[in-house]
Parts: sequence; structure tokens; C-alpha cells
Amino acid sequence: MPRVFIPPPMRSLTEGEEVVEVGGTNLRQVIENLEQRFPGIKERLCQEEEIRPGLAVDIGGSVATLGMLQRTAPDAEIHFLPAIGGG
Amino acid sequence: MATADKPKYKVIGTRPVRHDGADKVTGRAKYGADIKLTGMLYGATLRSPHAHAKIKSIDTSKAEALAGVRAVVTSADLPEQGDRIVELGEGAANMRHLTANVLARGKVLYKGHAIAAVAADNIHIAEEAIKLIKVEYELLPPVLDVRKAMSAESPVLNDDIRTESVGSAPASKDSKPTNIAKHFLFEKGDIAAGFAKADVIVEREFDTSMVHQGYIEPHNATVFWNTDGKITVWLSTQGSFSVRQQTAELLKVAISNVKVVPTEIGGGFGGKISVYLPPVAAMLSKKSGRPVKLVMSRTSVFEATGPTPGSHMKVKLGATKDGKLVAGEAWIAFEAGAYTGSPIGPACMCVFACYDLPNGRVEGFDVCVNKPRTNAYRAPGSTHVAFATETLINEICEKIDIDPADFRIKNAAKEGVRRVDGPVYARVGMVETVEAIKNSEHYKAPLEGKHRGRGIASGFWFNCGLKSAASATVNPDGTVSLLEGSTDIGGSRTGIAMQLAEALGITAEEVTPTVGDTDSVGYCDVTGGSRVTFATGIAAIEAAKDIQRQLIARAAMIWDVDASKVSYSDGGLHGPAGKHLSFKEIAAKLHGTGGAVIGRGTSSEATQGGAFGTHCVDVEVDVDLGKVQILRYTAAQDCGTAIHPSYVEGQIQGGAVQGIGWALNEEYWYDEKGEMRNATYLDYRIPTCYDVPMIDTIIVEVPDPQHPYGVRGVGEVPICPPPAAIANAIYDAVGVRMHDLPMSPPKLLAEILKKES
Repeated sequence: MPRVFIPPPMRSLTEGEEVVEVGGTNLRQVIENLEQRFPGIKERLCQEEEIRPGLAVDIGGSVATLGMLQRTAPDAEIHFLPAIGGG
Repeated sequence: MATADKPKYKVIGTRPVRHDGADKVTGRAKYGADIKLTGMLYGATLRSPHAHAKIKSIDTSKAEALAGVRAVVTSADLPEQGDRIVELGEGAANMRHLTANVLARGKVLYKGHAIAAVAADNIHIAEEAIKLIKVEYELLPPVLDVRKAMSAESPVLNDDIRTESVGSAPASKDSKPTNIAKHFLFEKGDIAAGFAKADVIVEREFDTSMVHQGYIEPHNATVFWNTDGKITVWLSTQGSFSVRQQTAELLKVAISNVKVVPTEIGGGFGGKISVYLPPVAAMLSKKSGRPVKLVMSRTSVFEATGPTPGSHMKVKLGATKDGKLVAGEAWIAFEAGAYTGSPIGPACMCVFACYDLPNGRVEGFDVCVNKPRTNAYRAPGSTHVAFATETLINEICEKIDIDPADFRIKNAAKEGVRRVDGPVYARVGMVETVEAIKNSEHYKAPLEGKHRGRGIASGFWFNCGLKSAASATVNPDGTVSLLEGSTDIGGSRTGIAMQLAEALGITAEEVTPTVGDTDSVGYCDVTGGSRVTFATGIAAIEAAKDIQRQLIARAAMIWDVDASKVSYSDGGLHGPAGKHLSFKEIAAKLHGTGGAVIGRGTSSEATQGGAFGTHCVDVEVDVDLGKVQILRYTAAQDCGTAIHPSYVEGQIQGGAVQGIGWALNEEYWYDEKGEMRNATYLDYRIPTCYDVPMIDTIIVEVPDPQHPYGVRGVGEVPICPPPAAIANAIYDAVGVRMHDLPMSPPKLLAEILKKES
């Protein structure tokens, strides 16, 4: 199952767990399954059923460009990070 | 150039004459200020003389009555935005803040904040008219220091800002507003256990001043709002599609009603992404019925566009006596300027990114102060933190008596290493850049002479992928017209054309690249994040593959064989029984075989693997004046695969020189009232050819597996190492550790005198 790395400010919702394994073949399913286990977490990550503006999701080393539709491999690591601009 | 097992390319790695060369060297290239339209009016902007004040009233009646004035606008002419956060392709923006930055609403938050604008028959009337606009202010105390701005006693700039943190619960709107707009926290391993293993720990505080990108061409925009509702914007920008979206959002018109025509650009470096002028010129055009041109003065560019923030940082590193990093901790506060949006997020992610650090903790704050809203500048946030970390690394090396290059190699980030912010590196070239410097003639050469010293430092930037599109039309004479939407700020049109040429097996000269307007080409994200040669290059390669597929079908038709029997390679088509058509030959047959062949390509999913650079500098310090002279400078950088080595070298040299300016001289000088006192190039000192020697470059090529030819972006990394490398060289020269940028003569002299006393 994908391994979701929980940002420190969200760990109050996961009882301190830093990494959790949740099922899902795309990001939407992963976040829905996270919400089932840790109610309230989706609101922190999403706005109107999309990833919050300013937030980037790194899945297996690549930034998700398809948002909630991004596929998640069974062994993928998922990180929620600040979106990065550039000069 | 350090290269291993490089594939044999025909075009990539060569140095063709740049496609825009003739126009640039003859002065025919059209920049934003060159735009002239029939009936065009000239605009001027009234800007705040105060750093922090409430606007009690604005009276434009006298300006409107002046002969030759055709329109006057204030924020009342722009639509209310409400609480909207909009994704703009390379970051999100709070539209309430964006519109208030374009024309102040209720408050001015920095000296130079735009308040009103006038369009008139000529610039002299416009400038006279803005003097007739009467603004009544209620002055407020300016907040200029990032740490003071964070205190509970500080005046608050924006009453709608509460601290946001990635993944934290949204703050109640009933809670007290604050200047701390964002908070970031990253942790890895056990920080206390890590430091407990350390034989040596160094902890220092660092400050850096606000600095500007220093592009030569000021911001400009010429806009015509036609009677059919269609708005055309001509300007120099790093992202025509981003300007289209920002302008449409700020004016609340359909995006299809806005066409952005990018002109040539005289530098951007991250500072020409946000819009300042287009919505204002658009409203002036709508009111007057005429095209309107606005061009900023140099002072306005300094005072009212988006420099990179000043910062305060506390960084701590621990290592074992055998030279292994065991823990690192960083506390970083960035000046956001008037509104949220500093690059504090990437700064937190970059601070330890060069190293395999088993235990780390990084905390960052985005803090509003009464200075212009900051914006991206080459590897945003990374130069600040590289100054801190790379200075500490050398201090550790001195304490445990290890060569700083060897220490960096021993601790370097490499494939499989997890960053403190979480993700794991794919194949990257940090080790190779340090080795390139260690093995360089420069590093090996003795440095003799009094008050001379040598320093090295490394730097990292992620490099972005994002979205690009390109199309390419085959011409009957065997050439290709390439259309792409990435505005060219560093030679990208030639780099992209070379990739298309390589994929088609033709020469770079046989491709004519054009940067299209937003109605002519598919969506492209901004030219930034060192992404264009990578991502738009992929789009061009995809367009070439599309052309190949179509040409295969045409050849199959000509030879009356199944398409599966035809292949494309080496610049031509190959069929059964030795049949062959060169690209030129098939191009000549297109009209009789179905007409135009247009290849299309996009790129959206590829993510770059990140890039590293390591620099070595020799300096001589005048101990009587505190002045630093750069004697010799060598920069090594992993560029994946150098498409056009001259451009790669140019990017490395340009970035290094900007980093040298940041290190030694550049800073926004504010007085206690919040007025920038050096807002001209006479007083804001960027380096010239008299200040720097030739920057020697070493191109390291560790191909990025996520690009067909292994490209890594080049433009941003080279600005990261210079301040720390120079600080380390100064220490080597005179035994003084500098923790405050710029390391200008007064500051350095004070430290030298302190040491001597």
C-alpha cells in the first residue's frame, strides 16, 4: 500500500503517527481512505475536492501534476509539501 | 566538461549561432517599451510616499480636468476580489492581495505602492496629472524588521492574515490577525539523539538584506481594450499565460477575452511573473477607448516590484570528528513584504538539501513587513540558506581539520538519500560537482599573497517540470517552423529548437523557433524554475515524434507499402528494398500527399531530479577598507546534458555574478521611515565587468533520467553558492567569519577592526 508521510502539523490527527499506509490507486482514493481513518485530515489537504492551492504532492519522487487523479503505485511514498516556484 | 558515457548526438552539445542573435546585436529586437500603436496614450502612476498609512480619501478631479488627460483610475475601478486563492501555474495567489498590490485599497503598505494612474496624450501631461491627485493619509508606524514584525506588539499590516501551516487546522477568522502569514515545519529522525552523537556542534545566526533581481529592462505593458471586449496585452514577461490568467482574474473577464503578446525580455530572474501594470493599463484603455502604455521608472522597479526577501536565520549543525554530519537544525524567517508569498517553503526544503543528514528539524516563517511584496529570484530561498549552511560546513571542517571538499563529498546527497522534508533523491550529481572542483586546476593551484583566501560552497535547486506545449510545421524546403510558448529569457528558443532538430535528424539552423502569443500556441507555464529547456524541450521532442509518425504515413503512401514497413531515423525515412527519402525530399512532396504536416507535443508529467553546483573562489581583502576583490572564480554544475554549452556557461556565469553582487554589495537601504534610499543603479551597486574576473565553468553531466536527452535545468543553481563561498574565502584571507549579507566594506571593516582589537 502507498505510504503517506504526515506533515508534523497534521500529526495531532494521526495520533502522532509519522507514516501511515493506506490503500488507493490514485490520490483521491488515498485521501478518502486517510479521511476514513483520521477524520478531518481531508479538510486540511483539500479545497473543493482538489488539492489546496499552494500545496504540492510528491508521489514516488515526482510532483503530482494530475491532482487527485494522479496514480499511486502500491509501493509509492506520498509527501505533502509546499508548492515550489522558481525564478 | 566532465562527461561519462555520453550518447552520440549530432546537434546537442554543439554551439550554433543563436536564432535571435541578429536582431539582438543589431538592436532590432522588440522589447516591451518599443511597442507603438496608433492613437496610443501614455500612462503614469501615482505611488505612495509613505511605507504604512491608511488612505482616507483620493481626489482625482483636478487630474481629470487637465487638458490632454484621457482617463484616471484608482482601485475603485478594479473589481472586488473577496477571499479567493487562485492557482496561477507556478504558485497560488490571494486575489485580494494581488489586486491591492496592483492599486492600493484602503491602505498603502510600502513606499512606492501604486495608488492611481493616469493616461494622457503624452508622458509629460500624464506625469503632471498625477501630481494633481490629492491623497489624504493617516500615517501608521512602519514595520521593517522581520523579527519585530513577528512580535505580538508589532503593528499588523493586513487584518485578513492568520498564520497558515501546511496541513494545520485553518485559523478562526475571529482570531487576532498577525504578520506571520505562514509557518512551515519539517522533521527527520531524532534531532536530540543526533546532536548527542556529535563531537562538534556549531550554531550561528545569519542575516541577509532584501535584494533585487536587477534586470536591466523595467516592467512595461501596453494594453488595448477593444470595443468588442477583447483585451490585448503587449509586455515583457516570464509567462504570457500567467499574465493572461492574472489579468483576466483581476479584471474578472473571461480568460479567452485576454490575449498576451510577449515581447523580447531584458531580464527577469523571477521578477517578471507577477503582474503590476497590465490591469491598470487595461482599465485606462477601457475608460479612454485608446491603447495605453505604462513603463516603470528604475526607482519604481526597485520600490514597487518583487525583490527577494531579507531574512534572519539560526542554523545549527553537528558532526563527528571523523567528518560525518549527524544532525542539523534551522529556524528561518523571511520578509514576505507587504503581502504573504516569500519563498520560505523552498528555503526550508533547501537548507540541508546538499547533504545526507540523518536527523534534522527545519522551521520557517513568512512574515509581512512594510516593504514591497517579494517575489522569486533565481532558486528562490536557496541562496539565503546556502549562505548559512555552507558557512557552517566550513567552520566544522576547520574544527575537525578536514578538507572542505572531502567533507562535502563524504556527506553529499546522492541517489536514495532522504531529504529532511521527506522525498528521496533519484540520480543526482552533488558528489560529481564537488569532485569537479576538487580536481580542478583552480583548487589545486597554490594561492599566495597577503590577505588572500580561498573558499568553496555548494548549492541546490529542485528545478521544476510543469506544463509546456509546442507545435512544429514542416516547410516545403525541408526546414521546420517551431512555435512554442515559453518566453525566452536565457536562450531557450535555440535550446528547444536544437532538441527538435536532434529528434528529426536535421540541423539547428533548419529550425526557426518563434515564441507565440497566447492565442497561437498551447498552454505553457512560466519561464522559471529552470524548467523550459527541460519541459518545453520534451514538448518539442514530442512534436518531432508526431512529425515522424505523419511522415512515415506519407512515405508509406508514396511507396505504396504498409506504414509498419517504414521507419524514421538519421533524418530520413527508410522503407523496403532500400527505399529512402531524406527529410528534405519528403518535405518537398507534402503538398501532393495530403498537405501540411504539423507536429504537436506537450509535456506535463515529467519532474526534474534537481541540480547541484559547487563553486571555488579566491579573494583578496583590503584590510584598510574592508573591500573584497574577486581574484579567481570557478563554478562546477551538474546540467544533466548540456544542450548548447555556450548557453549553459552563460547561465552559470550570470548566476555566479548575481550571487557575487548579493554577497558583497547589493542591499535595499531603508531609513527608519521605510524609504529605500538607494533606489537607482547609481546607489544600488550590482557588479560590473570591473568587479569580477572571467567566471570559469566546469559543466558536469549527470543525465536526468526523466528527460529523453538527460537535461537538467541550469539557470538557478549558480546563484546559490557564491555568498557562502566568498564568506569562506574571506575567513581564509583575514580570519573573520561573516554572517551578514552583504559583506560590504563597512561591515567587513568593522569585523576586521573588532578582531584586531
